[in-house]
Amino acid sequence: MTAAQHVENFLQLLIAGLVTGTIYGLMCVGLSVIFGVMRVINFAQGEFMMLGMYFAYYCFGFIGAHIFFGDLIAPYVSALLAGPAVFLVGIALHRLLIRQVTGVGSTVLESEGHYAQLILTLGLSLILSNGGLVAFGSAPISISTPLSSTPWIVGPLYGEDVLLFINQGQTIAALIAIAVVVVFALLMRRSRLGRALRAAADNPEAAIYVGIDVDRAYRIAFGFGVGITAIGGGLLASSHPFQPYIGIDYVIVMYAGVVLGGLGSLSGAFFGGLTIGLVQQLSALFLPNQLQNTAIFVCFLLIILFKPDGLFGRAARRA
Amino acid sequence: MFEQGRHRHWLWIGGFGAAYGLLGLFVENSYYQLIMTVVLIWAVVGLAWNLLSGYSGLISFGHAAFFGLGAYFVVLAQITWRLSPWLGIPLAGVLGGMAGLLVGVPTFRLRGHYFALAMLAYPLALLYVFEWLGYQEVAVPMMREAPGAFMQFADGRVYIFLSLALLLAAMALSRTLERSRYGMSLLAIKQDETAAEAAGIDTLLWKLRAIALSGGLAAAAGGLYAVVQLIVTPLSVFGLLVSAQALVVAMFGGVGTVWGPVIGALTLVPLSAFLDARFAEVLPGIQGVIYGVAIVAVVILAPEGVFWKIRDVLERRRGTNGTAAAAAAPAPARATGVQTDFSVAASDDGAPLLSVRGLAKSFGGLRAVSDVSLDVRRGEILGIIGPNGAGKTTLFNLLNGFVTADAGEITLDGERINGRRPNRICRRGVGRTFQVVKPFSRMSVADNVIVGAYVATADLDEARDIARDAIAVVGLTGAASALAGGISNKQLRLMELARALASKPTLLLLDEIFAGLSRDEVDDVMAIIRRLAKLGITIVIIEHTMQAMVRLVDRFVVLDHGAVLAEGSPEEITRNRIVIEAYLGTKWLADA
Repeated sequence: MTAAQHVENFLQLLIAGLVTGTIYGLMCVGLSVIFGVMRVINFAQGEFMMLGMYFAYYCFGFIGAHIFFGDLIAPYVSALLAGPAVFLVGIALHRLLIRQVTGVGSTVLESEGHYAQLILTLGLSLILSNGGLVAFGSAPISISTPLSSTPWIVGPLYGEDVLLFINQGQTIAALIAIAVVVVFALLMRRSRLGRALRAAADNPEAAIYVGIDVDRAYRIAFGFGVGITAIGGGLLASSHPFQPYIGIDYVIVMYAGVVLGGLGSLSGAFFGGLTIGLVQQLSALFLPNQLQNTAIFVCFLLIILFKPDGLFGRAARRA
Repeated sequence: MFEQGRHRHWLWIGGFGAAYGLLGLFVENSYYQLIMTVVLIWAVVGLAWNLLSGYSGLISFGHAAFFGLGAYFVVLAQITWRLSPWLGIPLAGVLGGMAGLLVGVPTFRLRGHYFALAMLAYPLALLYVFEWLGYQEVAVPMMREAPGAFMQFADGRVYIFLSLALLLAAMALSRTLERSRYGMSLLAIKQDETAAEAAGIDTLLWKLRAIALSGGLAAAAGGLYAVVQLIVTPLSVFGLLVSAQALVVAMFGGVGTVWGPVIGALTLVPLSAFLDARFAEVLPGIQGVIYGVAIVAVVILAPEGVFWKIRDVLERRRGTNGTAAAAAAPAPARATGVQTDFSVAASDDGAPLLSVRGLAKSFGGLRAVSDVSLDVRRGEILGIIGPNGAGKTTLFNLLNGFVTADAGEITLDGERINGRRPNRICRRGVGRTFQVVKPFSRMSVADNVIVGAYVATADLDEARDIARDAIAVVGLTGAASALAGGISNKQLRLMELARALASKPTLLLLDEIFAGLSRDEVDDVMAIIRRLAKLGITIVIIEHTMQAMVRLVDRFVVLDHGAVLAEGSPEEITRNRIVIEAYLGTKWLADA
C-alpha cells in the first residue's frame, strides 16, 4: 500500500469509528441510566437493544410501505418509535420481576442483593434472546434503505489519491443519536422528573423522606434505560445485519463503554461508547476482522483491571 | 452438630452413586445413555462453579473459559500428539487450574459487579480467538486400532460410569473442603472480606486456591464433554450458555452445598434435553428460554435454591424437637473451663512493643494523618482520643495494613511492618475490632471466632477449642450457637473481641468498642478488657470521648487534625490546656 492508501484507510476507519461510536454512545447512556439510578447491572441490556432492532425492522416494513417518502425517513422514525415501545416493555418487566430483587425495601444483604439482580437479568437475557429466536427466526436481517448504501464522497484530497466515502444513512443516524442524548441530558438536568431520578440515585432513603416515590423512579429509570438503548439498536439496524443473539456481543460493548466512562456518569458513558466504537473500527488497521470483538473484550478487561473507575470517572469509589 | 452428620453424608453420596450407576446399567437406548452422561458432566461443572462462587460469593459468569480450554485441549492434544484422553483429561484439569490462577491474579482485585463483568469477558474473547485460529469445528479422531486406550467405547454405558466417577470425585472433594478451613475461610470472605483479612485470613491466597480448583474441575469436565460429544465448536464450549449452565444448575439446586449442583443438573438437563428433542424443529430457542425461566423463577421464588428450600420445609415439618436438640447441644462447652493460654509472656527489655515514627497519609488533598510518632509500651492500655476526623481510624488502618502509609515507619517488636497485608500483620500478633462491627452475619458466633482462631492453629479441632475458650473469656458462651446476624450490639462487640483474641494476639487494636453501649454495658466490656490486659496483652483503644476511658487506660495519646497533640497519664491530659482547647474551644479555657 502506498502512503496515501494508508491515510485513506485510516481516515475511512476513523469516520466509521466516529459514526458507529456515536450510536454506541447512545446505547451506553441507556445502560448508564439504569446503573446510575438503580445500581443494577442489567445483563439483558443487549437483548433490549435487539428488541429495538426488530421493532424498528417491522415498524419500517409497515411505515415504508404506507407513507409518502416512507423509505427515506421511515428507518429513523422506526428507530425513534422503538424507544417508547421498549420503554413500556421495560416498565412491565421492572414491575413484574426486577422490583422484587432491587429497591430500597429489599432485606437481603447488600452483596447478595447484587447477585440476585445479576442473575435475574441474566435469566431475562436468555429468555429474550432465545425467545427472539423462536419469534423472529435465526436468519440475519437488516433494514435496507436507499440512504444506507449512498455515500457522500469527500475528496479527492491529498493530491489525487485520497477519496473518502461517508455513508449518508449512518451519518444521519449518528446525528439523531446525538440529538437523543442531548434531549435526554436536558430532561435529566432540567425537569422535575429528572431531579427526582437523580435524587433517588443519590440517596434513595433521603429521597423517600422528601416524598419521592423511589420505586416509581427506579421503574422509570429502567424504562428510560432500555428505551434509549433500543433507539440505539434501531439506528444501528439500518447498517448492521442482526439476529436474535446479537445482544451478547453488544452488552460487552456497552459495558466497556460505561466502565470506560465511569459507572454511573451519563456524559462519561457517551464518550466511553464513542471511544469503544473508535477502538473497534481502528483495530482493523492491525488485527484481522474476526478479532475486532476480541480487541474490545481485551480493551474492556484492561480498563476494568487498571482503571475500574473509568477514564472519565469521578473520584474513586470502591465497588 | 456436623460430627454425626459427617458419615451420613458419605453414605448419601455413595448411595446416590450406586443408584445412578445401577440405573445406567439397564439403559439400552443410546440417546438416554448420552443424556445420563451429560447430566453428570453438567453437575461437575456446577460443582466447579460452586467451589469458587458458591462459597466465596464472587459470581463468575466466565466458567466457559475453563470448560472450553479443557475441551479443546483434549481434542487438539489427541489430534496433534495422539495423546489419549485418559491422560488428556487430567492434564486438562492442570491446565484449567493454571488458567484459573492466570485469570484470578488480575481479576481478584475487583469485587462485586466488576468481578462478574470481567469474568464474562474471558470466554467471549477466547471464543473469537478460537474461531480466528480456524477451530470452528474440531472432531475427535477415531482410533480404530486401540479404541479403549483412547476412551472410545461402543457401549455408551461406559461413559455414564466415567462421568459418574468424575462426579463422585468432585463431590468428595467439595464435601471435604466444605467442612475444612477452605469452606470456612471462603464463607467468611463472602460475608465480609475486610473483616476476614483483618482476622488473619489471606483472602487473596484462598480465592486463588478456589479459582484454581474450580477452573481445574471445570476444565476436566470440559475434556470429558469433548470425548463424549466427539465434536467441539467454539460456541458449544465457550458460549455464554455454558457459563450460564454452570451457574444455573448450582443456583437452582442450591449454592454452597454439594447437593445443589447435582439436584440442579438432574432436574434441568433432562428437562431441556426433552424439550429440545420435542420442539427443536418448531421452536429452536426453547432450551435457552427454559433455562432463563428457571433462573428467574429461582431468584424470585427460592433465591437460596431447591436444596435449602426443601431442607427448610422438612425441618419445619419435623418441628420443635429439632430446635430443642440444637439448643441443648452447646452445653458441654461451659463445663470444661478455659484451657487455652491466651497470656503473653512478659518481656523485660524495656523496648516498646509498637513504635510509630513520622507516619503520614493523605487521601487526595486531605491529610488524614500527618507526621504521627508514638510508642506503645508492652502490657499497657493506651487510649488514643481525639475529636471526629482527627485521624484515629486511619491510624488504625495504617497500623493493621488496610492502608499503606505515604511516609513514616511502623515497627512491631523490632520488625518493620509497613506495607504488609493485613492478614500478615494479624499473624504477627495484631488483632483488631471495628468502629462499625463487621460480623460474618450468616455464621454462628462460634464459627465467627473459629475463623479468627485459624491464625493460631492449622488444625480444625484445635481451632474449635481455642474459639470456645475465647468466647468463654469474653463471657459469650451462652450465645455461641446464635447466628451473628441476630445478636445485640454488646454481644457483637464482644464477639469481635473474641474473634481477635482467638488469634492469640500480643496487641489488640479496639476501634470505638464502647460506641452505642449503655453505661452498664460499658462497665461490663471494660471489665473484660482489664481481664485481657492482665493476661499481658497490650491494648490500644480509640475513643472520641474521654469519660469512660479515664477509668481504664494507663496513658493517653491525643490526636487532632492528624497529628499528636498531647501525650500523658489521664490526670495530665484532663488538665492539659491545649487538649481542652481542641475539644471545647478557646472560650472554655478561662473556666478550666
